Amino acid sequence: MSSLLILGAKSDIARAVAQQYAANGWDLLLAGRAINELDDLAKDLAIRHDIKVFLHEFDANDFDSHAAFVAKLPELPDGVITAIGYLGDQQQAENDWSETEQIMNQNLLGNVSVLNILANLFAERQSGFIIGISSVAGDRGRQKNYLYGAAKAGFSTYLSGLRNRLYQDKVHVLTVKPGFVNTQMTADMDLPQKLTAEPEQVAKAIYKAQQKNKNVLYSKGIWAWIMRIIRAIPEWQFKKMDL
Amino acid sequence: MPRANSQQLSGWGRFPALQHSVFTPRTQADLHRFIRNNDNPKTIAFGNGRSYGDSALSECIIDCRKAQNYFIDFDTQQGLLTCQAGVILDEILKVIVPKGWFLPVTPGTRFITLGGAIAADVHGKNHHQAGCFSAYVTDLYLLTSDGTTVRCNQNLETDLFRATCGGMGLTGIILSATIQLKAIASTEINQTTHKTQNLEETFAVFEHNQSSPYSVAWIDCYAKNKSLGRSLVSLGEFSEDGPIALARKKARTMPRWFPSFMLNAWTIQLFNTLYYHRQRQPVKTERVHYERFFYPLDGIQRWNRMYGHKGFIQYQFILPKDTSFEGLQEILKTIADAGQGSFLAVLKLHGKENNNWLSFPLEGYSLALDFKIQDKLFPLLKKLDQLVLTHRGRFYLAKDARVSQEVFERGYPNIDQFRQFRRTHNMHRHFNSAQSLRVGL
Repeated sequence: MSSLLILGAKSDIARAVAQQYAANGWDLLLAGRAINELDDLAKDLAIRHDIKVFLHEFDANDFDSHAAFVAKLPELPDGVITAIGYLGDQQQAENDWSETEQIMNQNLLGNVSVLNILANLFAERQSGFIIGISSVAGDRGRQKNYLYGAAKAGFSTYLSGLRNRLYQDKVHVLTVKPGFVNTQMTADMDLPQKLTAEPEQVAKAIYKAQQKNKNVLYSKGIWAWIMRIIRAIPEWQFKKMDL
Repeated sequence: MPRANSQQLSGWGRFPALQHSVFTPRTQADLHRFIRNNDNPKTIAFGNGRSYGDSALSECIIDCRKAQNYFIDFDTQQGLLTCQAGVILDEILKVIVPKGWFLPVTPGTRFITLGGAIAADVHGKNHHQAGCFSAYVTDLYLLTSDGTTVRCNQNLETDLFRATCGGMGLTGIILSATIQLKAIASTEINQTTHKTQNLEETFAVFEHNQSSPYSVAWIDCYAKNKSLGRSLVSLGEFSEDGPIALARKKARTMPRWFPSFMLNAWTIQLFNTLYYHRQRQPVKTERVHYERFFYPLDGIQRWNRMYGHKGFIQYQFILPKDTSFEGLQEILKTIADAGQGSFLAVLKLHGKENNNWLSFPLEGYSLALDFKIQDKLFPLLKKLDQLVLTHRGRFYLAKDARVSQEVFERGYPNIDQFRQFRRTHNMHRHFNSAQSLRVGL
């Protein structure tokens, strides 16, 4: 049976991804901080889909622990998805280095640190896939969330390079760029309904894209078009805008 | 904590449609916090929206599906299943059937939540042998208005259990429950369908086949005079030999644009006649998958659209055995004379009444009818209400959208105990639905 490692398993998208892969018969390794909070979910997945689910403590910020974390996994999974991310508070971060650092660590460095290790192991094995959940915010810097955006842009670029490198090793890399998603992270925002996806929709799209070895996935699909337009706005114009 | 948003909602009958503020907790913690802080007395839990009328409608609605969607435990040896209350029976079937288990009692749709099944204390085609859903609930956890979680079952906090099963969410929020499943050796049903000429024959088939685990009848409610009450009575039991397999048929969806004028007195009469005569032989036996036997309507998603945007009333009542024959004859005649027959009219013989204060079934015959909403319908239903009362019958809250307090309370001798219990435990200040206020619960 195939197995999937989910990093940052407590996020809403990650939970939906877990349901999606479990429904397709995958065993799951769920990793995150205070992971025992996922006991109920793990039991649910195991009963519902007759699969095996393991929980692993994982701290994205503690880079030094990542090698030991990977070594302690019961087996090297067939694939990994990372849903580790932190929206942060842009305004606070402009004046507070620790908030900025948090945004950079969670969205970029933590992911890079653990994926570096897994990428090498997958390459050695000559199989596997890596799914990174980045964001449309990384497609262009905006005054409202450029710190988050910069970290995500870095992560998107990292994934793109990784995909290029691992192509020879038969390891596939999928970059997911969700637009608005109705999750805990966005619970306090007023989101336009037509542009907002449910976590389950995103999870379904991810599964399909991974199975088809797609490279970049926008979810909802309309975001690919929106971002194409936003990227096309010339910088001299963009800098004056308030998007 | 997520905010509430305002929405227009209705039950499965699409009548009435009311404006609500809907709160969707994401987690158990959200739900607990909300209950502790909520001061709107017009609050009620909402499951999958399959009760027909206004049972789950109120000013403030708690949508329980998201935060209460986990399977908690499944003992595949003993057939004991524990789930959170927002899990849908369809999801349960997908898990238990492959392991050789089935729901001990199932209503005619598998798209209701576990919590809804308990709150309405639903029954199925096996009521005459198996009783209501609550008979198989071995444990239940309820979130009460003061924010505490109380465990109850047939031996523990029995009054709370009796009020909650059939209590339509008026005692609190059902969090989770354990149910005793039924073992099956096959997913196929041996079905026998008797074609009867009139009500007398229909009753005779029911009475003579009480040993058959499942029974239900479809009545041609346009038939008059000598043919009044002619039916197709279907009997069934699970086959003793395999296979065990989930159905693979994909459901179709009733289109939003379906013209509701297609359903009028003529077409319904035509359908009834054709459907009745489709079966040629007086007795027909076949082997069918349980999905076709128990859930024929689930094959068409959103079939409630068929009746148009004004919606429909499902009118279900039950009469005690001693008045059933006479009462049904009068009622069927009234309906046929009014020319407002129903597309689906379902007759069922029930077994003994249980101890729950508001559970619907009693020993006798129940009839369920769908009526498209139109102006001339309500006077007819008023007439029927009186006939039901004359014959000492009662109405089913899960279906009801309109009966008055006077009509409703006469059917339920234990209603005052339920009311008193709610008052004693301060539930009446926290949980009320449009329906409970209408019928005075």
